[in-house]
Amino acid sequence: MSQAMERYSYDVVVIGAGGAGLRAAVEARQAGLSVAIICKSLFGKAHTVMAEGGAAAAMGNVNDNDGWKVHFRDTMRGGKFLNNWRMAELHAKESPDRIWELESWGALFDRTKEGKISQRNFGGHEYPRLAHVGDRTGLELIRTMQQRIVALQQKDKKEFGDAEKFIKVFSELTITEILKEGDRVSGAYGYWRESGDEVLFESSAVVLATGGVGKSFKITSNSWEGTGDGHALALKAGSALVDMEFVQFHPTGMVWPPSVRGILVTESVRGDGGVLTNSEGRRFMFDYIPEVFKDKYADNEAEADRWYKDQNNNRRPPELLPRDEVARAINSEVKAGRGSPHGGVFLDVSSRLPAEEIKRRLPSMWHQFKELADVDITEEPMEVGPTCHYVMGGVKVDPDTAAAVGVEGLFAAGEVAGGMHGSNRLGGNSLSDLLVFGRRAGAGAAAYVKSLAQKPKVSDGEISRAKNRLNAPFSGTGGENPYTLHQELQNLTQDLVGIIRTESELTDAIVKLDSIRDRSTRVRADGGRAFNPGFHLALDLENMLLVSESIAKSALARKESRGGHTRDDYPKMDSEWRQYNHLSRWNGSKVEVAPEEALMLPKELLELFELDELKKYFTQGELAKGGM
Amino acid sequence: MSKKFNFRIWRGDSKSGDFKDVQVEVNEGEVVLDVIHRVQATQMSDLAVRWNCKAGKCGSCSMEINGKPRLACMTRMNSFEEGETVTVTPLRAFPVIRDLVTDVSYNYKKAMEVPAFEPPADLQPGEYRMAQVDVERSQEFRKCIECFLCQNTCHVIRDHEENKESFSGPRFFIRMAELDMHPLDTIKNRKQMAQEEHGLGMCNITKCCTEVCPEHIKITDNAIIPMKERVVDVKYDPLRWLGSKIRKKEGI
Ligand SMILES: Cc1cc2nc3c(=O)[nH]c(=O)nc-3n(C[C@H](O)[C@H](O)[C@H](O)COP(=O)(O)OP(=O)(O)OC[C@H]3O[C@@H](n4cnc5c(N)ncnc54)[C@H](O)[C@@H]3O)c2cc1C
Ligand code: SF4
Ligand code: SF4
Ligand code: FES
Repeated sequence: MSQAMERYSYDVVVIGAGGAGLRAAVEARQAGLSVAIICKSLFGKAHTVMAEGGAAAAMGNVNDNDGWKVHFRDTMRGGKFLNNWRMAELHAKESPDRIWELESWGALFDRTKEGKISQRNFGGHEYPRLAHVGDRTGLELIRTMQQRIVALQQKDKKEFGDAEKFIKVFSELTITEILKEGDRVSGAYGYWRESGDEVLFESSAVVLATGGVGKSFKITSNSWEGTGDGHALALKAGSALVDMEFVQFHPTGMVWPPSVRGILVTESVRGDGGVLTNSEGRRFMFDYIPEVFKDKYADNEAEADRWYKDQNNNRRPPELLPRDEVARAINSEVKAGRGSPHGGVFLDVSSRLPAEEIKRRLPSMWHQFKELADVDITEEPMEVGPTCHYVMGGVKVDPDTAAAVGVEGLFAAGEVAGGMHGSNRLGGNSLSDLLVFGRRAGAGAAAYVKSLAQKPKVSDGEISRAKNRLNAPFSGTGGENPYTLHQELQNLTQDLVGIIRTESELTDAIVKLDSIRDRSTRVRADGGRAFNPGFHLALDLENMLLVSESIAKSALARKESRGGHTRDDYPKMDSEWRQYNHLSRWNGSKVEVAPEEALMLPKELLELFELDELKKYFTQGELAKGGM
Repeated sequence: MSKKFNFRIWRGDSKSGDFKDVQVEVNEGEVVLDVIHRVQATQMSDLAVRWNCKAGKCGSCSMEINGKPRLACMTRMNSFEEGETVTVTPLRAFPVIRDLVTDVSYNYKKAMEVPAFEPPADLQPGEYRMAQVDVERSQEFRKCIECFLCQNTCHVIRDHEENKESFSGPRFFIRMAELDMHPLDTIKNRKQMAQEEHGLGMCNITKCCTEVCPEHIKITDNAIIPMKERVVDVKYDPLRWLGSKIRKKEGI
């Protein structure tokens, strides 16, 4: 079967129209280059739209003790010091500018009394730091970026008579292959979801901004787009993924009714005063404050409650511990038989804030529970439990340029990139990450393209390789249904590679993943090429398998518990293990995971912390050397 | 406890199409989108439908359910009687691509025609100061999830393809109102543009758009009517301390 093929040529191809992709596109255009923006959904619907709580940036609008150093410290602590320090540093320094810039593009954040951008509290952040718009910050961010793209197109129309001369959005188009000439990117290949027709993009630089991997798990806050396409594309193109064992389970997803299980309940509920209780009515988080955080979190209700009014003289409520801690605590309460009727715990704001205030601060949560669960959160508690939310692991990149390792011309930013968040991401640090590194990826790609003497060429061999992959779901021997396989994969990762892991289950998972992969070669899509979800899923399945294999193998290798990786058989954090990251690579038939030495912080950043705190994370030998 | 329902689903493309009847199991708490997904997974693997967030936040899953423009992910199955036939059809105002998926490019074209936010030239990023009360009016319109249900329901274009050329529709009237009410936007004649270039005059305030908006944006009362008012009403002038420096309302 030979399918029609369209052909385009751009300086830079950006895969993904979430916050990271759009920010990258703006930067590349402003550098004078032509940009294709490609996305699987309609323009403006990317996953970023769902973000609720806010974007973290140390503007110091609410508490002027805040600054980049404090933000940097919080980010490193949240990630248990496995973060790429340079990324965390750039992020902390540049986030405020990225937020202010949004305002100049039309964003309307909530305000402080002085008329500045208001900032709210969130888990792991020492001061109120999240710029927000009620609980729909992601919508504001993506709409602002979308409108910025339109503004640039309007300018091009005025100046050159063609709105799409420099930026064109290709929506509902899926990229299935990165094309290369030797070690260098020469383009990307994919298909229109609507017609099934194939599309070739010739381009010397490709920016991956494809978001997360949540759809590999059964209970997730992610939409269907989160199938880890960019992770898989990078692997197959010869780059490497770092830290794939670290998956964030957000502590509060909806648990009832079953059809909404996993949908996010924003952390702002806790940031604004909401408390977690078990079936006995106990605020159980006081029982789960880990040693490393004892000096920062209140051990009694009175102090915790005072903190909302006076943050300088009280310690924070333990409900605002980093997400991994809260998720594990909920998991333990449920296991101990102290859960809510549908297998979660209770999250209550109704007894903490007046009804009107709840509706003003958390309008979409109020709406979501009212419409989907018949629960009025101004009158009764919610039932919540952990949900797969975010992947810390991702493409290993150069912090300053976002260039992916191993493949020239490949860049990655946003959730698909790894390193920034270490073993656990703080809430609010993703939206700012998208903007900081989206911009850097756009600039990095532009500089690379300008430095090239000659544009790499797309060979016929590369095209036919890409075509064959697209034809596979129609030429398979049949017998396997993509929906069934996807469900099996989700159950397997949820049960064996989920929030609590052990060696035997992980080993079992790897064997089972292999067998699902084998069966996936026999998947056959019914019907034709035009808007056929069965065909789409058959292709996405391979990406989810590669991602799951990377997660399972990295998790098996890491014999300790840290952040978004908890081993029942190695329950303690071990400083020896902080010295290693895991790199996943594709060898043509399977994923191989190998350790790589983690970077030590430079002296001037190490000095931002008290020695007593550093001792909890670093080995004596490392500290004796005193930084890089 | 699962219950049985009949679903009549429109299937076809731009050339032809027909209703297909299916019987489906429905479990407690499910929404129409869950049922469509079940049909997709068990009976029609190539049934085309758009969705993303499944929580009413992205505006992808717009369709007509028993003739009413709705988000499929926010339409609870317990709003129907057991045994009732639930009919799902694609949005009527836009051309069908396949099954429940329509071509909504009209909306993106109209978005391109609204001049972007234009801040004061001498204001640097980081220096913006606005009061909460002043941004709230525009914030209401920025809640829009671009589901285009209001566009689909507006009679000016629903059955009059020929009006699409000169009419931008309620989604873009609120966009223009949002910018018009933005405390720092410097483009002066947005109301007039809405009237002269975007067909605001063709709207006869039936309020159908407001009724279908899943974000409960008061499209007519808070955007269209104030925009239609030719004379600037002081009542709508917000308290602002930048006031005299950045006056943008036309005629002042
Ligand atoms: C419910 C929810 C709430 C959240 N709240 C917050 C919050 O309050 N604060 C915060 O900081 N973070 C939050 N997060 C996390 C944050 O929203 C995400 O990490 C972030 O939006 C990811 O952005 P991105 O630009 O990397 O990718 P996304 O926004 O996920 O976009 C990915 C893009 O890539 C495209 N794409 C993917 N694969 C392909 C392919 N093969 N071909 C073509 N296009 C492709 C998609 O279509 C999409 O356009 C939240 C996440 C969720 C799920
Ligand atoms: S009020 Fe105006 S814009 Fe809204 S549906 Fe009626 S005619 Fe259309
Ligand atoms: S105004 Fe309301 S109905 Fe119209 S597109 Fe926006 S959210 Fe949808
Ligand atoms: S799927 Fe997002 S609004 Fe329905």
